[in-house]
Amino acid sequence: MAKGDVIIDMKNIVKRYFIGQPNELEVLHGIDMQVHEGEFVAIVGQSGSGKSTLMNVIGALDRPTEGEYMLDGVDMFKAPDDMLSDLRCHKIGFVFQTYNLIARTSALKNVELPMLYSNTPRSIRTKRAKELLEMMEMTDRMRHTPDELSGGQKQRVAIARAMANDPAIILADEPTGALDSATGRMIMDIFHRLHSEQGKTIVLITHSPELAEECETVMTLKDGMFVDVRKGSGKRAIL
Amino acid sequence: MLFFENIALAFSSLRSNMMRTMLTMLGIIIGIGAVICIDTLGNSLTKSVTDTMESSGGNTIYLGLQQKEVETEMTDSGFEFRGPSRRRTISDDDKYSDEMIIDLLEKFPEEIKTIQVNTSLGNGTVKKDSEYAYVSVTGIMPTEFAAGNPPEMLAGSDFDDKAYEEGRAVAMVSDYFCNNLYGGDYEKAIGQSVEVIIGQTFYTFTISGVYKYDTGNNMMAMMSSNTSDYDTTTDMYVPIRNIQEKTHNYGYEQVTIIANAEAVTNQESFMGEIKDELDKYYHNNQYFQPSTFSLSSMFDEFKTLLNSVKAVFAGVAAISLLVGGIGVMNIMLVSISERTREIGTRKALGASNSSIRTQFIVEAMVLCLIGGILGIITGIGLGAGGVKIMSMVSKEEMAAAPSIASIVIAVVFSLIIGVFFGYYPANKAAKMNPIDALRYE
Repeated sequence: MAKGDVIIDMKNIVKRYFIGQPNELEVLHGIDMQVHEGEFVAIVGQSGSGKSTLMNVIGALDRPTEGEYMLDGVDMFKAPDDMLSDLRCHKIGFVFQTYNLIARTSALKNVELPMLYSNTPRSIRTKRAKELLEMMEMTDRMRHTPDELSGGQKQRVAIARAMANDPAIILADEPTGALDSATGRMIMDIFHRLHSEQGKTIVLITHSPELAEECETVMTLKDGMFVDVRKGSGKRAIL
Repeated sequence: MLFFENIALAFSSLRSNMMRTMLTMLGIIIGIGAVICIDTLGNSLTKSVTDTMESSGGNTIYLGLQQKEVETEMTDSGFEFRGPSRRRTISDDDKYSDEMIIDLLEKFPEEIKTIQVNTSLGNGTVKKDSEYAYVSVTGIMPTEFAAGNPPEMLAGSDFDDKAYEEGRAVAMVSDYFCNNLYGGDYEKAIGQSVEVIIGQTFYTFTISGVYKYDTGNNMMAMMSSNTSDYDTTTDMYVPIRNIQEKTHNYGYEQVTIIANAEAVTNQESFMGEIKDELDKYYHNNQYFQPSTFSLSSMFDEFKTLLNSVKAVFAGVAAISLLVGGIGVMNIMLVSISERTREIGTRKALGASNSSIRTQFIVEAMVLCLIGGILGIITGIGLGAGGVKIMSMVSKEEMAAAPSIASIVIAVVFSLIIGVFFGYYPANKAAKMNPIDALRYE
């Protein structure tokens, strides 16, 4: 796939909850969204704007109720469960606000985890996990378990893990939300490096307009609809 | 997801909560342990009994007489029991006669090796100066020593035909007897006249031979094994004629048949044939009927008893395993609920439903397998201890022998419990919605 091809292609995505019940709730009211290969996109919006729901749909954790969604050339709509897990495994790398590392499991094993689910042979698995941790400057801590790591270290392990299967996009949900400013800055710099040096497609979900400003494209979500899509200023925020 | 990773994962997850894991496994350990323990004990007992059987007279059939069943009759006032009035003590006419024994020998020439009859004068004492010896005066037939289990003669000889025919007052005594009364000089005993006191009566016999007393071959000696050699009652064999004349008692209450192992394949049915043959003589006898008994039929009864004991233990074990299995299911549900976020994360990272399910089933199986192995070790340990105690009580060497089959079954069974009781929780985990699981606090 050449740089510039559309990697996330959403047309008129609608998501409703409690369908057919009195408390039926429509969260996304027809989202049109296009993300290109190698783009660094920020989705910004206040809480309740539907950010999380949109992220779940993008990340193949949830199905849209209506609309069309092509992820890297695969039709995501009405895909069976096993296909969704397969897509999560190969196409998407998740980075969570709360890291979500597996407890009592070393950093190395955590990074290896997605490769287990993609049936990568052990030797390749370990080699790649070590390379990724080295890239995150975490080599000296790879035998440590999550409770022996600081927040920033945990998030670096989580980013390494998201990169494990070389996904089409990295989906980061408030990755700096639980970190102090200096560490948050460091994590953002890692995303910038992945974007500029490796050409990764990154979708960053945040409530902070300053962070969103750093990205190439800023999409503002309000009440389940995009109200604004524009170029980011590229100005690095001082967190 | 790969097999070994799942097992490694299961171990690390079980290790992280040692106490809980141990307590959960307890039911499995007790269940499997009980089965292996009783199996070890049962095998040792069976082996010990079989060995005893083989070494001493597995082909021996004992004939006795028993009172006929009490009959009931309908009368106007209902059932009337006619039992006690029809009972009477055994008389000569009721006993087995020479005629019947000859009949049996003619009817089953191949099957019967020999027939022994045992007519005893009773237990008595022989005194000489300050020394004494206890004897049981037993009448023997000419065939007995030749065909049965002839004791080793140490001095003198078996009775000649004339002695049997005429019923001479001659006797064969044991080496114990000679040790007590003749200082162990067997030759000196030959030809000596001894007086046996039985109750108030004196009987005189001339010693014609000394045989070697075999403790292992004597039921009485086995039962009273704590008597000293000096006080042991040994058999004093005399021609049966002699005893019959002394007691005016010409029938036999007990007859021992040594069967020919090659000709008798089914001892049970052979015993039936003998009984049928003898029943002809007792058709008109209102009071007594023949009965047969053998060590192997006793052994069968013992096996039946052992099997019912095993069944009871299996029942206890089954309940324990059921409770244990439910415990496993319970703890797996707790574990899954605790690790909801982990499950959500795994799903977000690409785990399919089936790989989550496999992970938790493997965890339950590993849990049950460790429990099963600990149970096997416990069972073998308890079984070996039990066998040791039995050996001490019976003063007999017994080997603890758990069967390989039972161990294999135990391992397989614990794995099955793991799958069975692990499936529901594992399936619950597999079906978790990843979004809900990720948000779970």
